[in-house]
Amino acid sequence: MTVADSHRAVEAVWRIESARVIATLARMVNDIGLAEELAQDALVAALEEWPRNGVPDNPGAWLTLTAKHRAIDQFRRRDTYQRKLQQLGHDLELRQEWAEAELDDHIDDHIGDDLLRLIFTACHPALPAEGRLALTLRLLGGLSTAEIARAFLVPEPTVGQRVSRAKRTLADRKVPIELPPPAELPARLASVLEVIYLIFNEGYAASAGTDWIRPSLCQEAMRLGRVLAGLMPAEPEVHGLLALMEIQASRIPARTAPDGSPILLPDQDRSRWDRLLVRRGLDGLRRAEDLGTLGPYGLQAAIAACHARARTPQATDWARIAALYRLLAHLTPSPIVELNRAVAVGMAAGPEHGLALADALLDERALRGYAHLPAVRGDLLARLGRDDEAAAEFRRAAGLTRNARERELFLRRAAQAGG
Amino acid sequence: MRYLVTLRVAAQPDGPPPADLMEAIVKLGQEATESGALLDTSGLAPSSEGARVEVAGGRLVVSDGPFAEAKELISYALYEVRTKEEAVEWASRFVRLHHDLWPGWAGEADVLRLFGPADFAPPA
Repeated sequence: MTVADSHRAVEAVWRIESARVIATLARMVNDIGLAEELAQDALVAALEEWPRNGVPDNPGAWLTLTAKHRAIDQFRRRDTYQRKLQQLGHDLELRQEWAEAELDDHIDDHIGDDLLRLIFTACHPALPAEGRLALTLRLLGGLSTAEIARAFLVPEPTVGQRVSRAKRTLADRKVPIELPPPAELPARLASVLEVIYLIFNEGYAASAGTDWIRPSLCQEAMRLGRVLAGLMPAEPEVHGLLALMEIQASRIPARTAPDGSPILLPDQDRSRWDRLLVRRGLDGLRRAEDLGTLGPYGLQAAIAACHARARTPQATDWARIAALYRLLAHLTPSPIVELNRAVAVGMAAGPEHGLALADALLDERALRGYAHLPAVRGDLLARLGRDDEAAAEFRRAAGLTRNARERELFLRRAAQAGG
Repeated sequence: MRYLVTLRVAAQPDGPPPADLMEAIVKLGQEATESGALLDTSGLAPSSEGARVEVAGGRLVVSDGPFAEAKELISYALYEVRTKEEAVEWASRFVRLHHDLWPGWAGEADVLRLFGPADFAPPA
């Protein structure tokens, strides 16, 4: 095995174990930033030692133990008497706990709770969205700052700043590393789900840059969704979100033409949809339905499922989709949901009905600058034979989008409409 | 990247697998599922319950199991991971369990990548 090979093997273990190592340490040192530093130290030690001596039988335990020893060293090195006094209480408790933990055969039982605590803390509402995203990918995804920067197309120092600022905010505000109390759970869970879906969407509908899809972010978001579904199996929205992501991601193989340009849903070759993801998504949706009433993510999954079940675009149950959008609009009123409803109604009842709904959104402040409003109107106008107006709308959409591939698509539609 | 891991047994002691092996397999499967890597897995019934369809001597022949191979295929697992090494790590853990908990067991796992969208992408 070459050095590069063994480094990759260590990185594979790191990818599998890092979140759990950090989660266990965070409970013990009560500080996410410190926990991550200690875990990184353990990774460095593994990169030195494993290529020489082989990967240990239980690499996760090795990493955790190594990091714990580093923590003890650090506490010992802290030199001022005052600090020692302050630390002593916690330090003694720590050692007691670690001694017990090492004896405890059932240490794994804690890991689920530790991971959940870490997820809820990384997605804490006290942090701005970009801080939550970066911290979650770093702590739960085991991604390096460079990898996150590449995925989001921002400079590496920017990601580094977001991570360190987020850690500092958690420390300054003394945010406890704990599971939210039951009364706060719905709002806190919503914050976690939002972060995961933002990561997914950044990959699925890359908002900037030249790629239409960045599948690695979608994969990472689905992985986080699966982790969460394992940790919170009784939460319908967790299964709803995972189902939504899996059904959407099932279309990735069909969403891009050989030249890299986007292919929209009605034009996709459905035989290229990823059937395993469709099946998993439909199973997950059923699980969410069995657990209770569908929430916003479950409803969106149910809408995506209508497309997944249709073997041809003509077989799509647009009336059901329009009804589901109505429920969604009731639950989470938003002009974007209303715009999607306009599309569904346009398909179910005819373009003039869809256009009436879309026109009602023209004064929405939130949609000012949103490329898909003119794009949807352009499509409905084209179907009504109002070609000049349609072309103007597509040109407007092309001027608004930040995604180069999408811009080309809109300009093509404008040309087709005869503008 | 998606990987299919197939497990083949070359030799195993008579009698059912030890209970602690079964327990450890379930636990590891759960761990792999909860870490988001394991998409699908199942043990496979003996080939005596299966059949084989092959082209032999220029025609299609269907024959009932058991197959004559020395190594019986006993399970498969489908992983979604970022690197081959990750799939190899999960496969190693499963094989190691058999080795550690069932003295006399011998076998092998093949780690095979599934083609994905990237394989059909235009050359960059």
